[in-house]
Amino acid sequence: MIVAQQKPLEEIKAMIADAQKVLILGCGTCVTVCFAGGEKEVAILASQLRMATRLDGNEKEIREFTVQRQCEYEYNEMAADYIRDADLIVSLACGIGVQTVNEQFPEKLTVPGLNTSGLSQPTEQGVWVERCQACGDCILALTGGLCPIARCAKSLLNGPCGGSQRGICEVYAERETPCVWDQIYHRLKELGQLDKMMEIRPPKNWHPSRDGGQRKIVREDLRL
Amino acid sequence: MSDKEYIVGSNLEKALKAGYFVATGELGPPQNADRHEIERKARLLKGLVESVNITDNQTAVVRMSSISVAVILLELGIEPNIQMTCRDRNRIAIQSDLLGAYALGCRNLLCLTGDHQTFGNHPQSKNVHDLDSISLLQMCRDMRDKKIFQCGEAIKGQEPRFFLGAAANPFADPFEFRPYRLAKKVRAGADFIQTQLIFNVPKFAEFMRRVVDLGVHEQAYILAGVGPIKSLGAAKYMATKVPGMEVDPEYIERMTNCTRGLPSPAEIKAMPPKEAAEARRLRQEASEAEGIKICVEIINECKKIEGVAGVHIMAIEWEEAVDEIVKQAQIGPRYDPARQQPTLAH
Repeated sequence: MIVAQQKPLEEIKAMIADAQKVLILGCGTCVTVCFAGGEKEVAILASQLRMATRLDGNEKEIREFTVQRQCEYEYNEMAADYIRDADLIVSLACGIGVQTVNEQFPEKLTVPGLNTSGLSQPTEQGVWVERCQACGDCILALTGGLCPIARCAKSLLNGPCGGSQRGICEVYAERETPCVWDQIYHRLKELGQLDKMMEIRPPKNWHPSRDGGQRKIVREDLRL
Repeated sequence: MSDKEYIVGSNLEKALKAGYFVATGELGPPQNADRHEIERKARLLKGLVESVNITDNQTAVVRMSSISVAVILLELGIEPNIQMTCRDRNRIAIQSDLLGAYALGCRNLLCLTGDHQTFGNHPQSKNVHDLDSISLLQMCRDMRDKKIFQCGEAIKGQEPRFFLGAAANPFADPFEFRPYRLAKKVRAGADFIQTQLIFNVPKFAEFMRRVVDLGVHEQAYILAGVGPIKSLGAAKYMATKVPGMEVDPEYIERMTNCTRGLPSPAEIKAMPPKEAAEARRLRQEASEAEGIKICVEIINECKKIEGVAGVHIMAIEWEEAVDEIVKQAQIGPRYDPARQQPTLAH
């Protein structure tokens, strides 16, 4: 899923400094599941901002609303009255949601209350680890189902670099992030596919990734 | 021997092909735009090694570019071995730089993935990694042997011809894959290999046994990475702080014992300044002598390991040590009586 983290309160406070009526707009999909921008987080942030602005001597009117999916116009229509009534909207959706609301309600500025932080898997309660970079040309069939593009700090394609020791990547200071190429090696070994480690992977075509410019999918069979 | 038998005909290639136990050196460019420090270090290496590696922003710290320092070395009559990483340049920039490097007279090229920028002085930078060390090797070999750019277009006119090198770390994991990774690099185009610093000879010997079993030593020249330990602190740092490095506890012990009988750092602190300076000098001399001695021993042990074609001496920020090392180990151009200098001239 898309995961995100709330921005520091001070940063959000600075963004809303010039507004009096502020709407905190949540999203009921990915960011709800990762506890960053659902109804509950909207309520917490709203009450924090009410208190903080009161303490600063300029209490703002902070309203709350959460739509089911902020990246689609239909759902945002449900919040239209709240949006039109506010001076500024703080979106607690991912970057897609923030842009959708800006585009749909251009007369109002919608600012991000979250930092969108990847396509991740919840590996344990309270932990999300990036698994996919949406590179547009999936190679998981070659790597035992583990992605070196997202999970190797150098996005290597031809095996572990010299900084892989006892299964751990050298890049992270906490020294507990696994070296994905070590994991790929052992997975391919279990699968009896070590020959895949020996194949030379040529330079990747990064064009289907963001490097080809903004990506757009058009499905003629689905268009109206 | 006619030049036609060589891939490129660099000094390094000729010395390796002639079967000498070869020594190469290394020079770290300065973190400024001053050429004097380069000239000073270069003089310390001149005539002692076949070729001098010039690092490419090693540990992701901004330094003078490898190719520019290479040109300075060429002016001083020293053969450079430029290093190129995939961290800072995409395939367009790398190919462009290599066309220029060849035109400027560079003939050896070490292809690396590059240290992650987290370790350097610009940890907030964006890394590139359009290629990795293996696809970089392949691209450089195709530019040389097929006269094509990475995109497949023909290089019309002079192609960049480099004697291609790659790195290998016998101490990284998974250990059992490391010889295969080396083999992969050779298949991708490496003509020679320079390894990570060796301070665990038995493990390196085991690695080489596996490399020899794969027959890779017959397809590429393998140079064992060696270097002098300057102090006990440096030894401990390498043993504990540098990922992908292994230091035999015996060397730590020797670096500890070599200053035994001399005043300890605590005793030095209590001395008057003049005596303290003298005591510190004695400690340093003892440490340095032991560090060089260990390095020479490792070289001599490497000479006995099948498949080792020479050593790559990394004495970064201690270039003065190389003279003593090659003298004691009896390697390098100056110490090989069988060397026919004229064939090795530029």
